[in-house]
Amino acid sequence: MLQRFQNISFLDIALWALAAIIITVVIWGTIATIIDNPYNPQFWAETIVFGISQGSLYALIAIGYTLVYGVLFMINFAHGEFFMTGIITATIFLAQPMKETGFLDNYPIISLLAIAAVSILVSMAIALLTERVAYRPLRKAPRLVPLITAIGASFFWQYFFRGLYGSEVKPFPPFEILKGKFTIAGVPILKTHAVVIVSAVIMLIGLYLFVMKTKVGKSIRAVAENKDVAALMGINVDRAITITFAMGSAMAGIAGVLYALVFRQTHFFMGFIPGIKAFTAAVLGGIGSVPGAALGGFLLGMFESIGPALFLEGLGIPAPHQLKDVIAFTMLVLVLILRPQGILGERLAEEKA
Amino acid sequence: MKKKLFITLSLLLAVFVLSACAGSQFECEDEIGCVTYGPDEPIRIASAMVISGPNAELGLDSQHGVEVAVEFRGQIAGHDIEIQFEDEQCNSEGGQAAGQKIVSDPTILGIIGPSCSGAGVPMSQVVSQAGYVMISSSNTAPALTDPDAAWNPGYLRSCHNDKVQGKAMAEFAFNELGVTTAAAIHDGDPYTEGLARVFADEFEALGGTIVEFTAVNKGDTDMRPVLSAIAAAGPPELMYYPVFTAEGGFITKQAKEVTGLEDTILAAADGMISDAAKAAVGEAGEGMYFSGPDLSFSGELYEKFLDKYNELFGAPKSVFHAHAFDGTNMLLDCVEANLVEEKDGTIHVGRQALRTCLYATENFEGVTGTLTCNEYGDCADPKISVSQLIDGEYEAIWP
Repeated sequence: MLQRFQNISFLDIALWALAAIIITVVIWGTIATIIDNPYNPQFWAETIVFGISQGSLYALIAIGYTLVYGVLFMINFAHGEFFMTGIITATIFLAQPMKETGFLDNYPIISLLAIAAVSILVSMAIALLTERVAYRPLRKAPRLVPLITAIGASFFWQYFFRGLYGSEVKPFPPFEILKGKFTIAGVPILKTHAVVIVSAVIMLIGLYLFVMKTKVGKSIRAVAENKDVAALMGINVDRAITITFAMGSAMAGIAGVLYALVFRQTHFFMGFIPGIKAFTAAVLGGIGSVPGAALGGFLLGMFESIGPALFLEGLGIPAPHQLKDVIAFTMLVLVLILRPQGILGERLAEEKA
Repeated sequence: MKKKLFITLSLLLAVFVLSACAGSQFECEDEIGCVTYGPDEPIRIASAMVISGPNAELGLDSQHGVEVAVEFRGQIAGHDIEIQFEDEQCNSEGGQAAGQKIVSDPTILGIIGPSCSGAGVPMSQVVSQAGYVMISSSNTAPALTDPDAAWNPGYLRSCHNDKVQGKAMAEFAFNELGVTTAAAIHDGDPYTEGLARVFADEFEALGGTIVEFTAVNKGDTDMRPVLSAIAAAGPPELMYYPVFTAEGGFITKQAKEVTGLEDTILAAADGMISDAAKAAVGEAGEGMYFSGPDLSFSGELYEKFLDKYNELFGAPKSVFHAHAFDGTNMLLDCVEANLVEEKDGTIHVGRQALRTCLYATENFEGVTGTLTCNEYGDCADPKISVSQLIDGEYEAIWP
């Protein structure tokens, strides 16, 4: 017991003090808002729904970060770009022409599935190409090298697609069947939000089962545990890594479609901020853990959505919604101080960390 | 004998030194300093616009305006004109970096740019301290020409000040549309914040009520929480959000889906008058209002300018190319008026002389109107109009 306390340094105490201050401020702001109560219950309910829908997008993208980190111990910063490439391509070559010809309104389900298929395939193709060309030759290099390469790849794809499609915003056509809202327990929910939340949850459960229950999933987990031993056991490590990238980018491709349904526009730069947020979500939940990434994504989306109104407003901060990124990254700082491995993360052994 | 040789050599040396002095009689008397170009060296200016990222269209379009102006000018006193292109990235870090890079080059006379007010604040500080001049073609934030706020000597602009634009929008909303409650949203950028603030102040001065004055963050996509907060504050009759294309597109589309804001009149500003913005708002933008500079330019010069622009770069994709063209011409006119030429073709331009000349610009006949600069560098001849998006086209409806 005493041994444990001897390892506590002045820095630890300072960080805990910082965490305590942040938490106090948050609680204070929340109490002030609740006493003042400027909003009705419906506002809170709606805001929570917005948050869950935003969070499910983060969760889907965060899966890609966490899977790749699990097997390669590398932060794939180009993942936000995989998300962008699929949906921007599907918007230009499928969604927009289909809207013009009227096909989209006549056969909305087929159209949506076709858009999703194209988005997933393009995202996957870009991810596998990046892995083959940029990451695989560096697998034995020090860990900083692939990290920097990933940042380079991110810029490359951004500006490659800007050159390809131009820098304008590409509108994604609205689906007539998804217009309007329905009410569950007195809370109006946009149909698009319902679609996003339900599909995200299905995909996340499906992915979890794939990783945990199938043979291929088992091989991925084996490679994540120890590449050399996995190879000795007859597992094709390159194949397992390729499949990991394919899975992660497929999730990003679907996230792209859901993003387009909600926000109805695509742009060559659209992957950057969701990418950073999803990375935050992955770290929040415990990078390397699939349920962790999902939980981190939902939590981040929720806090971003209700945080400004819940505790910043109470503190008397003008224009609180401008500060939602501050909330996201403050959450990250708190988790890193209080639980460095993330909410659901396991404490990693020295060689893995 | 040796002594004789020494005297001869010294005399020769003295002659050489004297003749060398006689070769260049120019002595720089400028308070800040002079820029000298040798007989074969080109005159150099810089263009610092946003040419990467989501607002690249705005900056590229202005940059092309500068290029056309230089193309028209050809040569000054037998010297070619060279443009150094920089990217200000539409943020303060980018503005600072571009400014530093430019002022570290002593052969650059002046700068056209930046595009974004957010970049203009730090950039004007750097540029001013180094003694350079800059003319922005699209910085409209009031603070930049306010000596109590962010104005620095050497900063001028050829576009309007948003004091005029915000007031025009407030008058249009209160008097023309007859609304009495409004909300304003900005994104923290000096341009959007300044414009939203002026609108809110003027609207209240007219007797209206601002139910919510709030902000989103650049790069945000989910605007529903902030829109719900506005709806909860008492749904306003009009919502003015002078932000950029991406954020503006999201607000427009999501406002229709937030309970309480279904019937709110939407209005934005000149940052969202472009083909890209039209695409970004889509059907949801039908019927919304936009304040902005009156761009119905006419006249021979504009026709000529547009022909050349089309020839070199295709059709313009944004709105400030004409302001950049006028700004470049103001700068080059002042260079021409203040240069000292030597026999061998070497030229000198005093930096303070250039500054004084620019601030003294009077009745300059440009494409955007007749420009006269005040002592803080507001040069535009501002005509603000309000247009409405009808059947996917901007139509000027007021005044």
